[in-house]
Amino acid sequence: MGANIYRNKKPAFVFLFPAFLFMVVLLYYPFFKTILNSFMHLKQLGATATEFNSPWYANYEEMLHDPNVWTSVKNTIIMMVVTLVGQVGIAIVLALMVDNIGRGKQFFRTVFFFPIVISATALGLMFNLIFLYDKGMVNQLLELLGKQNLTDWKAEGIALFTMMAPVMWQYVGFYFVILVTGLNNISDELYEAARIDGATALQRVRYISVPLLHNVICTCSILAVTGALKVFDLPWVMFPKGMPLKSTFLTGTYMYYHTMETKNVDYGAALAVLIVVLGVVLAKVVNAIFREKDY
Amino acid sequence: MTKKKKFSPGLIVVYVVLIIWALTTIYPILWVIQNSFKAKDKILANSFALPLGDLFTTANFRKAFETTDIFGAYKSSLFISTMVALMVVLLAGMGAYALARYKFPGSNLVNSLIIGAMMFPAFATVISVYQMEFKWGIASTGSWFLNMVSVILPQIAGNMAFAMVVLTGYIKGLPIELEEAAYMEGCNAFQIYFKVIMPLTKPSFATVAIFSFLWSYNDLFTQSFFLRRPDMYSITQMLNNISAKEGTDYGMMAAVVALIIVPVIIVYCCLQKQIIKGMIAGAVKG
Repeated sequence: MGANIYRNKKPAFVFLFPAFLFMVVLLYYPFFKTILNSFMHLKQLGATATEFNSPWYANYEEMLHDPNVWTSVKNTIIMMVVTLVGQVGIAIVLALMVDNIGRGKQFFRTVFFFPIVISATALGLMFNLIFLYDKGMVNQLLELLGKQNLTDWKAEGIALFTMMAPVMWQYVGFYFVILVTGLNNISDELYEAARIDGATALQRVRYISVPLLHNVICTCSILAVTGALKVFDLPWVMFPKGMPLKSTFLTGTYMYYHTMETKNVDYGAALAVLIVVLGVVLAKVVNAIFREKDY
Repeated sequence: MTKKKKFSPGLIVVYVVLIIWALTTIYPILWVIQNSFKAKDKILANSFALPLGDLFTTANFRKAFETTDIFGAYKSSLFISTMVALMVVLLAGMGAYALARYKFPGSNLVNSLIIGAMMFPAFATVISVYQMEFKWGIASTGSWFLNMVSVILPQIAGNMAFAMVVLTGYIKGLPIELEEAAYMEGCNAFQIYFKVIMPLTKPSFATVAIFSFLWSYNDLFTQSFFLRRPDMYSITQMLNNISAKEGTDYGMMAAVVALIIVPVIIVYCCLQKQIIKGMIAGAVKG
């Protein structure tokens, strides 16, 4: 019967056409055009490239010698480790704790999640005030605790921390909610049985919650690593142009810097290709490490 | 209840840790809001004091409204995000219906094209999209409307694949009997979609709409390419620009941040269940 309604296939194409038009014209075509642009001579956004670079792979050659590329790749990988360990790690601890309390579950869920809803740009402005040298919230707090001299949170050496801490902080609640949902799916009878057998709260977490959460933790890890590649807004607002001394560039912000600030658009395109390659490779690696298990 | 326990030292530690993390998410926002009512030198002297008595001033907000076109930015942002959410729901819904119900040659290829489309980060397409739209004459023109369209188009495309995956899954789970009944009554495929499928898919549409809206509303990267004239700034562009220009006027910065964050918090408190659901569902998107 169902087959009868849908035997005439013509409407299917009408239904699919607009969605596919958008994806082909505004995703697939521009992506291949970006690859092409990375070999062309293009120094103005919006202009059409007419000639190839000489040699055509000049941008990729330059990339190898550009110390900022290495800085940004290195920072991006640090960012991945931070998001993986910081976001997912803290989220696991918080989720296990919330799962074991009686009152206030809904409250913590609401409160932990809400930084994600706020734009990273606004949060960047907020953290600029919080980490102000003379004197934002953190330095005033340290002063109250008896610290004598002020810390310049944007100085070289500590800038990476100042940039990554807010990014990490913002998304903890996201993984927290995913993990709490996973914990809710574990049946109460398992905990009950363990309790009757005399397992302590910590043992129940170690031998029931964590193993049964394995797949959810894997999903979170993959999301955290791929998410780290897309971080842009907050670092750009707090540390525009990779300041200080171009030491805080991420692959995304460095690509933006060349495209918008130095008008080296073709080099920006080459960096965009690098981001995609990096993303594909890292997704493969992470998938191999955190392969889901069947229980 | 099996999980409810009496108060024990361990439980107190757990609550203390949870409350500390909750403070790290709540207090910075309160801190900014309270300082938005204080003069700059008072913020630097003691930012923890409440803005009462002599400390209280609304000068920051007056200056914020004078130096920035905050209403214009809200107008642009709300227009862009609403259009993106509506178009994504409409077009992705139609596509998802076809994918869920029709069997046609090449549907495997179509599916892998959709999965592939989720992998492109905005970095990889934005240069060429700008180039193309510039050639079409819609990017960087004097017209407010065309500038909005130039942002809306790539943002629709960016959310399309994700929305189709979510909606296809949902429509597949709907009982086909209702469609059969409508077919018996003489409805054609389009009437079935608009009269039967769309009303039934509302919960999933809400998820997709919320995610697309928030993603577009909070985006700085794409918008900063297409909205470069101050009178066309969206909220994120306006914030980015004001922070570069007036970053040392701390009182006003606090006021601007408060003006942007507070409405979002109010909406979040009203719709938190749907918002959390939408954001989690959107996690798979590239």
